[in-house]
Parts: sequence; structure tokens; C-alpha cells
Amino acid sequence: MNRAHYRYFLVFTLPALAVYVVFAALPLVNSIWYSLYDTDSGVARFVGLENYVYLFTNPTTSERFWNALTNNLEFFAIHLVVEVPLGLLLAALLTSGRLRRSTGLYRTLLFIPTTLSVVIVGFVWRLIINPLWGLVDFPLLGDERTALPTISLMSVWQYVGIPMIFLYAALLAVPNDVLEAARVEGSGAWSTFWRVKFPLIAPQFGLIAILTYIWTFNGFDLVFALNGSAPGPNYSTDILGTLFYRTFFGSSGQLSDLDLGATVASVIFLIILVVTAAYFGLLHRRLRSYEL
Amino acid sequence: MRINRDRAGSLVTHALLIFFALLAVAPILVIVVNSFKTTPGIFGQPFALPNAETFSLGGYERVFTRGQFVTNYGNSLIVTVGATVATLVLATLAAFALTEYKVRFAPLVGGFFVLGIMLPIRLGTVPIIKTMISWQLMDTLVALVLVYTAMSLPLAIALLMTYFKAVPAAVKEAARIDGAGELRTLSITLPMVRPGLAAVASVTMLPIWNDLWFPLILAPSKENQTVTLGVQQFVGQFLNDYPALLGALTLGAVPLIVLFVVFSRQFIQGLSAGIGK
Repeated sequence: MNRAHYRYFLVFTLPALAVYVVFAALPLVNSIWYSLYDTDSGVARFVGLENYVYLFTNPTTSERFWNALTNNLEFFAIHLVVEVPLGLLLAALLTSGRLRRSTGLYRTLLFIPTTLSVVIVGFVWRLIINPLWGLVDFPLLGDERTALPTISLMSVWQYVGIPMIFLYAALLAVPNDVLEAARVEGSGAWSTFWRVKFPLIAPQFGLIAILTYIWTFNGFDLVFALNGSAPGPNYSTDILGTLFYRTFFGSSGQLSDLDLGATVASVIFLIILVVTAAYFGLLHRRLRSYEL
Repeated sequence: MRINRDRAGSLVTHALLIFFALLAVAPILVIVVNSFKTTPGIFGQPFALPNAETFSLGGYERVFTRGQFVTNYGNSLIVTVGATVATLVLATLAAFALTEYKVRFAPLVGGFFVLGIMLPIRLGTVPIIKTMISWQLMDTLVALVLVYTAMSLPLAIALLMTYFKAVPAAVKEAARIDGAGELRTLSITLPMVRPGLAAVASVTMLPIWNDLWFPLILAPSKENQTVTLGVQQFVGQFLNDYPALLGALTLGAVPLIVLFVVFSRQFIQGLSAGIGK
């Protein structure tokens, strides 16, 4: 019986495991492996950390890398500071108990931007803030200081539905008798939210923050859709995803370089991995201390 | 007094939600409404509905005659449906096995899959390109189906496991006593996890349809472009033909919006149950 279990387990998981390993897990590991080789001459030659040394010491590549990293941090920070509180506000409004049948309608409408492709998001916002239409006089996307915050806010507009849904689900899970008890004690909607509901959904914020971190450091689509693979003005909207794409794919004025591409990918992977691992390590330790 | 305060509060709640809902939907409406206008109509009164003078279907005509919209649509359908079906089949088998057979390394395999929810698969692009080249799958829709299936499996498996765990053991035991094999037993439980399958299908489809990265890299040629990439290139080529551009954007977005509005409950359930936990 037990032996049969092993056989069934293998047969049933193997197809999924094969596709997942070959096209997702292994490529990530292999990226690191490739970053240690030089294949420019057609033959793979092991070069150790030479690609990394090149990336960080060559003046052009290192300037581009640090620029993209700083921009990416700003891209992430804007998401965290604007998108999460806005998502919380929307979730709180949806679960305030003041709506009846309209909840579903609002929820669906508010989530629609998340279902759009970035091509549409980029285009519609470029059209709306186009000085020609007169809504905004200032060339927001044409100025080095405002271009990145503008793109970040477009992205916030598109994805605010995600933290909203997570927090909405968490708020719905708050037990009714807890809310009833608060009401009996004469607690108003405002203080019930902050003193009863908020502490109960607080653990969600850590998860949302880490997911936002992963997604923004993996970002590419909106910047590419708006500004192409050498995102201007003067690389002021270049983030790690576009830098990665440009490195392995090439663009005008830059040759395609697969080894250096793998190197950039490995560095981004490390940046994501370290923070994610630290977060879950910390969380795990805290959960363990609760159990004790 | 109390009732008055409640009514005021509910008014404020509605007002705020209407404001944000408009903020979410109005830009899309601007695109859709203007796609039915002439170029002077678009720039003369961008926020007005089309009237007898500005109404025109010329944009849509040019989208169909000058772009490859039909091909693009077909490609997106093949890739999205193909990857979604593959994900559903493979994830169902795996999730059933992971919850049903208590073998020693089951938690390890399960954890390995769940890890993928957070993994940024795109960073493996360089090795994926090399694999596709050596398998002669470069610039094919098959390459996209394979990568998207791999990308979607972790969340699908995590989601389906929560549904399979809720199936009573008695159902499966009864099936086995009746002489059903394991595959038959699995198929008997399928109707009970149907909401899970719907949730998986809806969260799987959306990111695939909208993805720009992999179509750009793995299937960039004209005959293999998906709608998202096709529209992106169209935007570059027809910079001055705004009616056609807006028509193309509308055609690219509408199917997914309709699909989402119909399946929004399953989608939201899938998203919050799969990642939020």
C-alpha cells in the first residue's frame, strides 16, 4: 500500500514538476551558473566572478546599474507609500458595513485597472497628461525629476486593486462577534476600525510589502511600454528590469550580451532573495516565539 | 440623531467610493469613447461623446486592414487557453497527490512548488532562451505555453491544495471500495473542487494575456505576436492615426474586462486565498 502511494505520488506530480523545474526553477539557478562563464567567443569559458567585476567596475555599466537600482528603490517606495494606504482606505470603505448590494459593483469597478495590459495603461495616461489636451501643462514624462514619480503613480493606479483585495479579504474575516462587542460598548466606526479591525489585519501589511518589493524589483512592462528599452529622459526612468532586458537583448547603441545579462539577472535575484529571506526568517522567528 | 449620523456616514462612504470608481474607470472610458470618433473629434472635444459630426468607425476599419489583429487575437487565445488548460490539468494531478498520499517527501515537494509563487521567473530568461534555441522552439507559441504553464503552476497548486484538503476522505474511500482506480477516484472528487478550478483558471489567464516580456523575447515575429505585443507595436507604427490606435487598444482590453466582470468573484477568491494565506 505504502509503496503504491509512492508510485502514485510520483506519477501524479511528475508532469507538473518537470515543467516547473525545466522552465522556471532551473533557469533561475542556471542564470547564476551562466554568469560565471564567458561565451562571447562561441566556446564557454569559466571566468569566475569576472562578469561581476566588469559590471561593477566598468564606468558605463556600473553607472547604469546604480542608477537603475536607485530608480527601482524609488519606484518601490512610491508604491509602498501611496498604493498600500490607498488600498487600505478602499478596503475599509468596502467593508464599512454602510453599503448593501453595491459592494460587489464598487469592488469590481475598482479592480478593473488591474486587469488591463500595461500597454493600455501607459497609453491612456500619456494621452491624459498630454499637454495638448490641456489637463496638465507641464511635460510630466519629459522632465527628469517628474518622469519616474509619474510612471510610478500610473502603476499605482493600475495595481491598487491588489492590496485592496488582500486587505478586503482580511477585513471580511474579522469575526462578527468581535465587531458586535465593540458596538455594544459604544465604539464608533472610526475607533472600531483602528482599535479592533486594524490590529487584526496588521499581519497582512508585511506580506503586501514583501510582495510589492518583489513585483516592483521585477518590474519592466509599464516602463518599457512608455519609454522603450533605454527609458529616458536620460535614463531617469530606467529600472532593473529594463536594464536587464537591454543587457541581454541589446538596444540601439548597446550590443546584446547574454553572459552579462545573466550576471545582471543574478544580481537582481540576489537583491530580491536577501530581503525576502530576511523577511521570512524574521517572521518565522516571531511566529516561533509566539508558540513558545 | 444616531440615524442622521449613520446616513451621513453612508453618504460619505458612497461619495468616496464613487470618486475612486470614476478615477478607475474614466480613463478607460475616454479610450473607448474616443475610438468611435474622427481625429478632429478626438482632439477638439476629447471628453465629449461622439455626435453625428465626429462619429466614425474609420479607426476600427484601419485596425483590421492594416494591422494583424485577427492573427494577434488567435495567438493570444491559443497561448492563454493552452497554458491555462495545461496548468489546470498538471496542477490538479499534483495538488491531488500532494494532499492525498502521505509520503515522506510530500511536504518538501509541496514547499518547492509554493516557493515558485514568489520566484521572479523572468530572471531566468537567459537560460530559457538557450533552452528554447536548443529545442528549436524559439519564436513559437509552444515556447510561450510552456513558460506560462511553469509560471502559473505554483499558485494553481497552492490554491487547489486548499480545495482538495476540504474533500471528505469518505468520498475517496467509497470510490476505492467500489473498485475505482486512483485516476477515477480523482475524477470523482473533481466536482467538489470546481470552485477551485474556476479560481485557478481566472487568476491564470489574466497575467498571461497581458504579459509583454515573454512575447517580446520568445515569440516576437509578426505571425506569432500576441495581442498585447501587437498593440504595443501598433502604437509605435501608427503614432498619428489616433482613431486606429484607440480602436486597437479597445479591442485589446475589452475581452479581458468582460471576462473579469463575469468571473470577478472567482478571480478575487483565487487571488486572496492563493497568495494572501
